[in-house]
Amino acid sequence: MKPPIYGVMAEFNNPTSLVNAAREARARGYRKLDAYSPFPIEELTEVLHLPKSKLPLIVLIGGILGGLTGYLMQYYVTVIYFPINVAGRPLHSWPMYIVITFELTILFAAISAVFGLLALCGLPMPYHPVFNVERFALASRSRFFLCIEARDPLFDRKATEEFLDSLDARRVTEVAH
Amino acid sequence: MADDRQIEDEELKPAPVIAPGYTFGTVTDQIASVVLTRRTPVFWIACFAGGFALLLLFLWSLVLLLAKGVGIWGIKIPVGWGFAITNFVWWIGIGHAGTLISAILLLLNQSWRNSINRFAEAMTLFAVACAGMFPLLHMGRPWLFYWMFPYPNSMGVQPQFRSPLVWDVFAVSTYATVSLLFWFVGLLPDLATLRDRSENRMARGIYGILAMGWRGSARHWSNHDVASLLLAGLATPLVLSVHTVVSFDFTVAIVPGWHSTFFPPYFVAGAIYSGFAMVLVLAIPLRHVYGLQGLITDKHLENSAKVMLATGLIVGYAYILETFTAWYSGNVYESAALWHRMTGPYAFAYWILITCNIVAPQALWFKRMRSTPALLFVASLVVLVGMWLERFVIIVSSLAQDYLISSWRVFTPTRWDWATYVGTIGLFTFLFFLFIRLLPMISIFEVRTLLPQAKVEEETEG
Repeated sequence: MKPPIYGVMAEFNNPTSLVNAAREARARGYRKLDAYSPFPIEELTEVLHLPKSKLPLIVLIGGILGGLTGYLMQYYVTVIYFPINVAGRPLHSWPMYIVITFELTILFAAISAVFGLLALCGLPMPYHPVFNVERFALASRSRFFLCIEARDPLFDRKATEEFLDSLDARRVTEVAH
Repeated sequence: MADDRQIEDEELKPAPVIAPGYTFGTVTDQIASVVLTRRTPVFWIACFAGGFALLLLFLWSLVLLLAKGVGIWGIKIPVGWGFAITNFVWWIGIGHAGTLISAILLLLNQSWRNSINRFAEAMTLFAVACAGMFPLLHMGRPWLFYWMFPYPNSMGVQPQFRSPLVWDVFAVSTYATVSLLFWFVGLLPDLATLRDRSENRMARGIYGILAMGWRGSARHWSNHDVASLLLAGLATPLVLSVHTVVSFDFTVAIVPGWHSTFFPPYFVAGAIYSGFAMVLVLAIPLRHVYGLQGLITDKHLENSAKVMLATGLIVGYAYILETFTAWYSGNVYESAALWHRMTGPYAFAYWILITCNIVAPQALWFKRMRSTPALLFVASLVVLVGMWLERFVIIVSSLAQDYLISSWRVFTPTRWDWATYVGTIGLFTFLFFLFIRLLPMISIFEVRTLLPQAKVEEETEG
């Protein structure tokens, strides 16, 4: 049972109107909504009650895995697989392992940060209904958009449109699937 | 009373970083128009052509090198490193300023960096690419480069993980990868802008694929912010570690003139010094040609000049310390090494480098100097020459005259040494100008956040 349209979208002139509109919409009880802006707006995170990003955890795990990989790889190679006896010096020469352990920690953490970011954003995404709105191209230039999605239980094609119209919006459009 | 407070507030506000009068639209259009236009300025064509010509020279010397071997260079024992490693250290040092601007200044909340970080990061990438060429080519058989990585092989040998040269492989390849990823994450929203602004179908397709469907949703931005901060936090220790590891190539050896503990901070400071010089060399003509003075303002140039002055003083301190240590250690080899540097076959290089790196940059104390772009451009070129000579002197003069007089030998570069070096400058210019033409050279979304209208005003409850 797919709703006939994706949602209703309102266009705003400046970040302040967008943040105020998002706040109003939350206050009205709308929950399935998203705001689009040409640059990050910190206030939106709070207003839309976005969950805390899981990225730091992903990066931490990536970093730990990288560090372990680096250390264990060197341990395995220098102690077990290819030991070189240099005048009886210890094979497990851990101070010499630090540099590569550090580098691989950073490498794995950075790679997990980027792939984590893409995964959390759901990218790459070849198709998304918001792009059906012609003026949405301005979301990456100078305009601010708020979209209330049709899967919101409170969504009603007419009432939601009227509600968005009552905010400080430049125009309100339906978003086709 | 209320008026008084307002006046005070205005005085407390820091001066704007970019020129007044910009809107979200004009910022976007101005930066994107460099890319999304059919018109290419003559300056671009000239620089690109020059870079391309030198790139061909590089390819020529590369072919000759692969056909005949590293003997076409002037390297002979004891100077086995010569130009190749000098250029490697120089190039990778230049890259460091880009990461400093993009990562360290982000963590320190220096928002003025927003209009120079993108091309500085590009500079990092291309400088690391040029740097990487030299150790690869210096190996003699570059197609066997994968022997440096540990993998199960039929030869039954493995890399020596206790050697700084192997650390270098990991440090530099990690640095290149992380720089690329960081750059791409920053580019993502701007690629979306280009996708939405471009009128050409093919361009829209290509930028669209690269932008991966970025739509500027609040969810995207909140994750993007976290990712940028985390990557900056990772890149900061990384950039400091890379030149530290590069300096280990020298300090871990027992060659007099190399074996000293202050090399890591000295190398990192020198790296940032030459890197900011390169940033200025690139920024000054670019902002002039593309009329970007409103975005890359005199303040940016002045701040970069100040960083240059500060790191230059650290480098100067290192030279003094080097001399002091050589004398105070009482070690005959150490003091002889320094004496050879100052009076030996490479004395000319040593004294030019002292002039370029310590004496000349003192002019940056004067505000007039820092606020005249043409003079600043010249000063930066002087620093780049000085830093190259510094790498040269450290590497070559120390190797040429070490412990045993019977093994001394003076290194003289051949024309192919010069051709390879100048060739990588061509490679760098070629890549950099391609970047200028194909991608936004200033981070559009970060500049938007600098505009006063980007601030969300206090809630006005109706």
